[in-house]
Amino acid sequence: MKVTIDGITVDVEPGTSILNAARQIGGDIVPPAMCYYSKLQGSGGKCRTCLVKVTKGSEKDPRPMPKLVASCRTGVMDGMEVQNITSPEVIEARKGVVEMLLINHPLDCPVCDQAGECHLQDLGFEHGAAKTRYEFDRRTFEKIDIGDKIQLHMTRCILCYRCVFTADQITNTRLHGILNRGDHSEISTYISKAVDNDFSGNMIDVCPVGALTDKTFRFKNRVWFTKPVEAHRDCDKCCGKVTLWYKGEDVIRVTGRKDVYGEVEEFICNTCRFDKKKTADWVIEGPRKVSHHSVISANHYEFTPLPVVKTNPVLMEANKEQFERETRL
Amino acid sequence: MGRKLLLEHINVPGINTFDVYRSKGGYASVEKALKTMSPEAIVEEVKKSGLRGRGGAGFPTGMKWSFLAKPEGVARYLVCNGDESEPGTFKDRYLMTYIPHLLIEGMIVSSFALGANTSYIYLRGEMMPQVRILERAIAEAKAKGFLGKNILGTGYDLELYVQPGGGAYICGEETALLESLEGKRGNPRIKPPFPAIAGLYGCPTVVNNVESIAAVVPIINEGGDEYAKIGIGRSTGTKLISAGGNLKKPGVYEIELGVPVEEFIYSDEYCGGIANGKRLKAVVAGGSSVPILPANLILKTINNEARLMSYESLSDGGFVSGTMLGSGGFIAYDEDACIVRNTWNFARFYHHESCGQCSPCREGTGWMEKVLHRLEYGHGKMSDMDLLVDVSKKIEGNTICPLGDAAAWPVASAIRHFRDEFEWHVTNASEATSTNYGLAHYADPLKVVETA
Repeated sequence: MKVTIDGITVDVEPGTSILNAARQIGGDIVPPAMCYYSKLQGSGGKCRTCLVKVTKGSEKDPRPMPKLVASCRTGVMDGMEVQNITSPEVIEARKGVVEMLLINHPLDCPVCDQAGECHLQDLGFEHGAAKTRYEFDRRTFEKIDIGDKIQLHMTRCILCYRCVFTADQITNTRLHGILNRGDHSEISTYISKAVDNDFSGNMIDVCPVGALTDKTFRFKNRVWFTKPVEAHRDCDKCCGKVTLWYKGEDVIRVTGRKDVYGEVEEFICNTCRFDKKKTADWVIEGPRKVSHHSVISANHYEFTPLPVVKTNPVLMEANKEQFERETRL
Repeated sequence: MGRKLLLEHINVPGINTFDVYRSKGGYASVEKALKTMSPEAIVEEVKKSGLRGRGGAGFPTGMKWSFLAKPEGVARYLVCNGDESEPGTFKDRYLMTYIPHLLIEGMIVSSFALGANTSYIYLRGEMMPQVRILERAIAEAKAKGFLGKNILGTGYDLELYVQPGGGAYICGEETALLESLEGKRGNPRIKPPFPAIAGLYGCPTVVNNVESIAAVVPIINEGGDEYAKIGIGRSTGTKLISAGGNLKKPGVYEIELGVPVEEFIYSDEYCGGIANGKRLKAVVAGGSSVPILPANLILKTINNEARLMSYESLSDGGFVSGTMLGSGGFIAYDEDACIVRNTWNFARFYHHESCGQCSPCREGTGWMEKVLHRLEYGHGKMSDMDLLVDVSKKIEGNTICPLGDAAAWPVASAIRHFRDEFEWHVTNASEATSTNYGLAHYADPLKVVETA
């Protein structure tokens, strides 16, 4: 099936969503996704950041779709034409969605452990306004410890439902869910319960914001000061392929390997995540490549830096003069 | 006097019992449909009747039925949407309370037409008396052989269940209703797939409003063509209107579509005018989610023609100067009503009822409510009106289900038509908390735009 997104045509399998077709093209035309997670069935459609405009339905039925559609949950049709960043309407709607996502968000990035790898932060940076128009109290919740390893800070949550799908699909039992409705809805275990099973830690990885954080890593370090290293070990529960986050000689965090879209390649178990924090536990593969768009890539050079002083005859001449002037004194 | 099709025998004592209902010609359509008609013929009759969904959207019922997928070996379901919770609408509750057998009769015929052997009536959680009334009526019908196995010896089986919901407005959205009926959290599903392909328990499902299903009864009794003769244009048949607000005689009226709005408000046959000798200021014509119109625009369209109670005439002028028939919740406001307070009240409702699944509606409804609250209580700013319009635009059309649109329209339309009243709330803030803006110019005759 052929689909054209922002003027770029790509051939995809039938049944692919517009978002995944865009990801096959890659680059700037990929709509942002806060709630969609390709590894979780049924996710997506909720955050509305991936809205796109379908200007031509298909080859058979060329009518445009009347409303903007969520690209993560709309399948492509043969000959479909989609506008993402080329449509002012989409940009405007996305700006609106980002504003809505941020009005009840505490914006406590300076103390949030997710900062630096937070999708909402990226989205706010790209589409948000410098100032808010919201002049009311933001909703707040008490922090809850769900288990001894995970802390839930509901105030930051954007209700993407990813952690609910994770618990449903990756773990044996789901102990948490959505309570209440509207802007009072919250992720909760209702009666305080510890979410504790072998794969519960994946909820931290799938959370696009800082609502679910790793208690063993909380306030230890900013992520952009850590060194991500790829490693693996033989694990009888999971694939054992992880990213180790080093501070100096110490492993201070273990996560799944996240791709460009922030999705883990494979889910890992809690033993790997929380209990194996010694270099000796792991077989090191090498430094993790981080996209240069991410702040985590700061000071990670993948190339030889250009020499600072270029062999410019004019500069060399000027330097000589200056050298002479200064040595004379 | 207009024809009554649904409420013809409403004043007969004991019409809520099977025997009286039967003696007035009830269940004739079941006999006719099951014994003499094929399911396809019934769908065809309903298509010919031009019946449009009475729940609000006005989608042709026959068309909806014909979209139902019919794969072999998969059950099909008919679900009756009785989750009527739109502020201003109370027609379905009235119908189910006083003439429950009409709904059951319609359910039997419709289920037969769709090939459903199990059908559900989903009621709003607050309607517990109606649940009991319907369950008693179902038991009566079953005892007389109109429900259960082998109905009237035709070999058709139908089980009918009443399911109360938890009391959430959002469960009136058809996919949220199905989720709730399945025992899950009532969050609207992301469409496609539509319920006609994968609905209840993943099977093809039709969800219809109570009144739409009841209207199938006269269609079968008299034939689709006869039914289509009533009404005007593409708005065929009769419609129950729940008239409320500052009217002399509020209540449920069955009208032939096409009655002029002016006649509906002022004639003694219907609402009998505005209560206490006051003057009309504004009207919400179809339940809280449709745009509100000032008195002059509800009585006359922008082209100075009389506005009629029909799908087309009420929406004449689009969003600029029109509204919608919606679910028929007709609310009239007199000159003492405060439009700002009313808009805040509606916004409060939508804030309370938003399911919280998708972000524009979850956050935007709360934001609009807070801004309107500020305006109503004298802390507003001049920029608030533009802010509200902008927020409503950011919600409208960007949500999973129509609740976002329903929350955005009343706010946007109130500011469009009553902007000076909103501004007065800012400029005369202290006065606005104790007195009202009054009628102002909202009932003035429309200026006729001269055409060149």
